[in-house]
Amino acid sequence: MMSSIFESISLQKRKWSGFSRIILIAIWAVFLLPPFVLSPYANYLLTGIFITALFASSLNYVLGYGGLLQFHHAVPFGVGAYAAAIILTKTELPFLLAILAGPVIAAAISFLIGWFCVRLRGLYFGMLTLALGQLVWAIIYRWNALTGGDDGIHAVPVPEFLGSPTVMYYVSFLGFTVCLLILLILIKSPFGLILKASRDNPVRAEGIGVNVRRHQLIAYVTAGFFAGIAGVLFVLLERSVTPSMLYWNKSAEVLIMCLIGGIGTFLGPTLGAAILVILSMVIGVYTEYWLLVLGLILLTLVLFLPQGILGLAIELFRKFTRPNQATKGGEN
Amino acid sequence: MLQVEKLVKNFDGFQAVADANLQVDQGQIAAVIGPNGAGKSTLFNLITGHLTASSGQITFKGQPITNLPPHQICRLGVSRSFQLINIFNRLTVFENIQAAVLAERGKSGMMFGFAAKMVVEETRQIIKQFGLTRFADTVCSNLSYGDQKVLEIAISFACRPELLLLDEPTAGMSPEETQKIVELVKTLSREHGVTILITEHDVDLVFDLAQKIMVLHQGRTLAQGLPEEIRQNKQVQEAYLGELNHARA
Repeated sequence: MMSSIFESISLQKRKWSGFSRIILIAIWAVFLLPPFVLSPYANYLLTGIFITALFASSLNYVLGYGGLLQFHHAVPFGVGAYAAAIILTKTELPFLLAILAGPVIAAAISFLIGWFCVRLRGLYFGMLTLALGQLVWAIIYRWNALTGGDDGIHAVPVPEFLGSPTVMYYVSFLGFTVCLLILLILIKSPFGLILKASRDNPVRAEGIGVNVRRHQLIAYVTAGFFAGIAGVLFVLLERSVTPSMLYWNKSAEVLIMCLIGGIGTFLGPTLGAAILVILSMVIGVYTEYWLLVLGLILLTLVLFLPQGILGLAIELFRKFTRPNQATKGGEN
Repeated sequence: MLQVEKLVKNFDGFQAVADANLQVDQGQIAAVIGPNGAGKSTLFNLITGHLTASSGQITFKGQPITNLPPHQICRLGVSRSFQLINIFNRLTVFENIQAAVLAERGKSGMMFGFAAKMVVEETRQIIKQFGLTRFADTVCSNLSYGDQKVLEIAISFACRPELLLLDEPTAGMSPEETQKIVELVKTLSREHGVTILITEHDVDLVFDLAQKIMVLHQGRTLAQGLPEEIRQNKQVQEAYLGELNHARA
């Protein structure tokens, strides 16, 4: 009796997961169309959204699944972008190398920062990421000869084919897709399960034989690598970099994207990125006090929607489909 | 198997463990007893590397393990449960056990491959053995206190330890739940040959369960030996058991 109930539940679960997979693929396929149907401006906006969404998802990996308070995720994003931009403008090195150097150098700087930070826990970890991150910002801001200082670097030469908005859209959309698939694989791997375990209880994780510090450092560097990819994509789209890319309020923005969508839900940060980018465009037309609006959004979230939009949706969905199973696990 | 010699732990002028000595042989169920504040938990934390010793030595299977980090001590075959519940709150019961099994197999660093399809049989086996099958897919923060405590022990056991340390496994549990734990401990010892070291405040339970008892009093080892020897020991009676009898009378 008991086992047959379990079987029927798992059967339903399987049916549903097959169904939801088809829906997801259909939604994904719709995003292959925009260059042919949307206005150039909307197309450009969407290109930017996918880059930002990748940036936010990489933060979610370390924050939502790793439980590490990464308060300055704009650092690997900005460093990746600067690395590519500097190689493209100041050296004769091939284009492909510049593209690859971005995420690698972003991962390297994450390793440097993370190496110190994983010794601390919780808020102390967060404060140290912030402090060391601002140090990186200060170096980039001051090192005129290499980084262009306050002005940044403009008119970064990129190959001609990327000049087409259509091509750039697909580069960003496919880059986003591939990176998110890799992140999903990482989350579902044994490494990912142990990462979530260390998030829930680092002491216990050590007690089952896990080197928690090393585990968290690897996750931190991985997140930095993917933020670096987002940074490079940003350079390809905008062809310029400025120090504001890695100022702390950029980190706050991406953190809020995760909060809006739902930390620890896989696609939440993507949703949050879309909402925030579109809002900033729309509101930017009426007022220059975007940060004020951002503050209000944050306040609303913390008070009324601590689990984020997607987090709430998943919760509601569970309540309606399996009222007696509300306590069961799913995405976490 | 486990040898603790002249172990000392100072906390800012307070000596929590002053001179602890303990020998546990393979296959034994050994117990550390002593009044509250005797240093039992501190002793456990020293053995598993959660605290660093001020002086003294701990050896496991002839190998010194004093002050190694906890994860290394675990990998050598010493696993523990905690007095306060220490589980992975947001994971399901299944995932809690699975994480421990994966770590024990040295797979915690695998970044590719689908974890949900790995070590499933082994995990199910352990869950069944601890009577948690009903809750396998439940997020464990939703379990009752007693079941969380059982899960806590199950996680420790899933590391396939040679030596299992149980810190107050029955604290806060009902008599039925306590009985269940006692049976569980006996089974683990009998059927899996796990050496077990336990701390308990329930003296009757200890005398029923343990083949060897060490009495800790104000951080010092007062005596260690067979349960009968401990019961007869004058010093122990004065310092500890006598008090209990007195309190009961």
